[in-house]
Amino acid sequence: MTDITEKAAVEVSTAAPVPAPAPRRTRAWRGVTPWLFLIAPLALLVTFTYAPIVNMLAYSFTDWDGVSPVLHYTGAENYREVFTRPDLFEVFWVSGYYLAASAVQIVLALYFATVLSFDVRFRNFFKGVLFFPYLINGVAIGFVFLYFFQDGGTLDSVLSLFGVHTDHAWLGTPVSANTSLAGVSVWRYLGLNFVLFLGAIQSIPGELYEAAELDGANRWHQFRHIIAPGIKPVLTLTVILSISGSLSVFEIPYIMTGGATGTETFVIQTVNLAFRFNKTGLASAAAVVLLLIILLVTWVQRRLVPDDKVDLV
Amino acid sequence: MNRRTVLSLAVAMSAALLLPGCTGTGGSSKGADAKAADDPSKVSGTIKVLTVRTDLVQDGTMKKYAAEFNKTYPKVKVEFEALTNYEAEVKIRMNTENYGDVLLIPAVIKKADYPRFFASLGTAAERGKKYRFTDYTTVGGKVYGQSPIGVAPGFVYNKRIWKEAGVTDWPTTPAEFIADLKAIKAKTDAIPYYTNFAAGWTLTSWTYVDGAVHCDPQATTELAEGDPWAKGADLRVGDTLLHDIVKAGLVEKDPTTSNWEESKPRTAKGEIATQWLGTWAIVQFQDAARKAGVNPDDIGFMPFPSQTDGRFCATVAPDYNQAVNVHSKYKEAARAWIDWFTDKSTYGQDNLAVSPLKNAPMPEVLAPYEEQGVKLIEVDDAQGARVKQIDSDSEVGIYAPEYRQNLVDLARGARKGSLDGFLGDLSKRWTDAQKNLGS
Repeated sequence: MTDITEKAAVEVSTAAPVPAPAPRRTRAWRGVTPWLFLIAPLALLVTFTYAPIVNMLAYSFTDWDGVSPVLHYTGAENYREVFTRPDLFEVFWVSGYYLAASAVQIVLALYFATVLSFDVRFRNFFKGVLFFPYLINGVAIGFVFLYFFQDGGTLDSVLSLFGVHTDHAWLGTPVSANTSLAGVSVWRYLGLNFVLFLGAIQSIPGELYEAAELDGANRWHQFRHIIAPGIKPVLTLTVILSISGSLSVFEIPYIMTGGATGTETFVIQTVNLAFRFNKTGLASAAAVVLLLIILLVTWVQRRLVPDDKVDLV
Repeated sequence: MNRRTVLSLAVAMSAALLLPGCTGTGGSSKGADAKAADDPSKVSGTIKVLTVRTDLVQDGTMKKYAAEFNKTYPKVKVEFEALTNYEAEVKIRMNTENYGDVLLIPAVIKKADYPRFFASLGTAAERGKKYRFTDYTTVGGKVYGQSPIGVAPGFVYNKRIWKEAGVTDWPTTPAEFIADLKAIKAKTDAIPYYTNFAAGWTLTSWTYVDGAVHCDPQATTELAEGDPWAKGADLRVGDTLLHDIVKAGLVEKDPTTSNWEESKPRTAKGEIATQWLGTWAIVQFQDAARKAGVNPDDIGFMPFPSQTDGRFCATVAPDYNQAVNVHSKYKEAARAWIDWFTDKSTYGQDNLAVSPLKNAPMPEVLAPYEEQGVKLIEVDDAQGARVKQIDSDSEVGIYAPEYRQNLVDLARGARKGSLDGFLGDLSKRWTDAQKNLGS
């Protein structure tokens, strides 16, 4: 190995003054180099993403209970059970709350990103404030918001400052609980969307705004004709991420309510199947089905909104 | 999805089909014994003890037990590992051979699999003479685990508040119990009953009314063979009481944000009057009282409001059973720890628990039980494995919080339906699973 590198180095240095084509050996070496750099990330990806998925697929064809050394191959029986039990799919209604929330989230993030991409006082401070929640661990957020929604908790105290004295149990009914949890998820992920949008907006050349201003375009016109088309790829990506995220909501409801009071999502249900009722095989099948649903939804979206090149000029 | 993703998925799928053969290799050795040592001074080795008591490991109490243990077994080094999410973590570790030397038997392990995972502690006939609860871990005549403490379910209540409400005698029927809670609501500022809905596991204690309602040592067999939610059956009586308490508005205002840690000092101070838990909770509540600067003697304990032949009943059941890892290198040392911890340590007394030793006296907290003639029964667990199987198959989850959380939601109107419909659905799922399982 080392001796090849040395040789290669020597050859390159002698060839330097005259730009001649590199010898075959060096070219082959160059072809390998990117893969050498990729070894570490690929190994991690395979070990922690693909190998578990393959394992999960394998388990989904068995009746494994998660711990017993004995397991039987049951063919497609788990998949038959998943698809013949409508109660397993009812929980997808809960995703509706998170879908609606992500619409709100995208609009808000877009608004803030646009506003803060222009010259505003304390701009960086506001950027920090908006992005900060995304840095906090999801478990911590769950616990913080449990106090927030408690009877007489932060939310109630803040409201009473404004003279509103509600006697509302925020996590008390399915509608209210799901709305509250979806609100928490907006609070948490707004920052990520915001940063993506901000990055995209700032990559738009500044002259375009100046030119537009000379032509008499106001802020709304600038947004409508420059920003919106300019960030379309990022916008599409965000929508796709939000929809697949809404279908696989997990940590916030799991930590805050454990799925009680009608807040159970598909992933919580899968976790319960695997760890409460020891049906690891069935749970794996459910997880595979969720994966396929998400792949399908993504594919449909890519079909509806093709990934075309941005052309502002 | 582009062509490359399709390709990689196809590769993944085909690899998956080749894989099932190589899963699940743990525990092939079967039937090892962990024998008791003849000479304590010769036992040696370093053993790792897995436990759920994070609190005792952190405050050094476990170390003190180990130091005491070393006086008898000087050559054994004991290390502790406390797991917060015990069941889930140990379950995954048990797919390997490396799950400590002494561990608590997780609920998920099928009884029939005990010999694959644990070393036997002796025969049931021999151990049964000295210890309680042996049938909980007996497979094929051999015992695989031993619980260091026994617990009895009951209501932890604040004596002062109950007295202030004018109730001096324990209620003897569910109706009387509700009437007493109503009196507490009317005459004091306390929350009559606290559900601890958010913690979830606290609600599962209601399953342990089983056996206490009708004073039936065969209650577990009854679960395996009968319908637990039939009219008058134990679980139906318990669940109906819980439902009625919530429905009558005798609980905290917002159960969904209840707080277990906070409920301890609040009960001690008299802001909360009653909770259905177990004897194990008394110590924690008394501690909370001391920390809050109120009288720990206010914490009382009472049995389920139901009498058979004019007597209350309470079941006594083991906590987690300790077992020796069948792959352990130091089985003798591990066995020594279990024996010492069960027989000689002060762990049981420290927790005011019922001793697993048959000839040991009852703990002091249960003195009122003895005065009132409460009959303590040990439920026969021969059908315990079958009950767990039915429970998993039916996805009812009598040892999981979901169904009682749904019950509470139903009672407070956050979920549509009637109590009869709700319990009827449970019994249908339960009895269907029984039928599918065959006999």
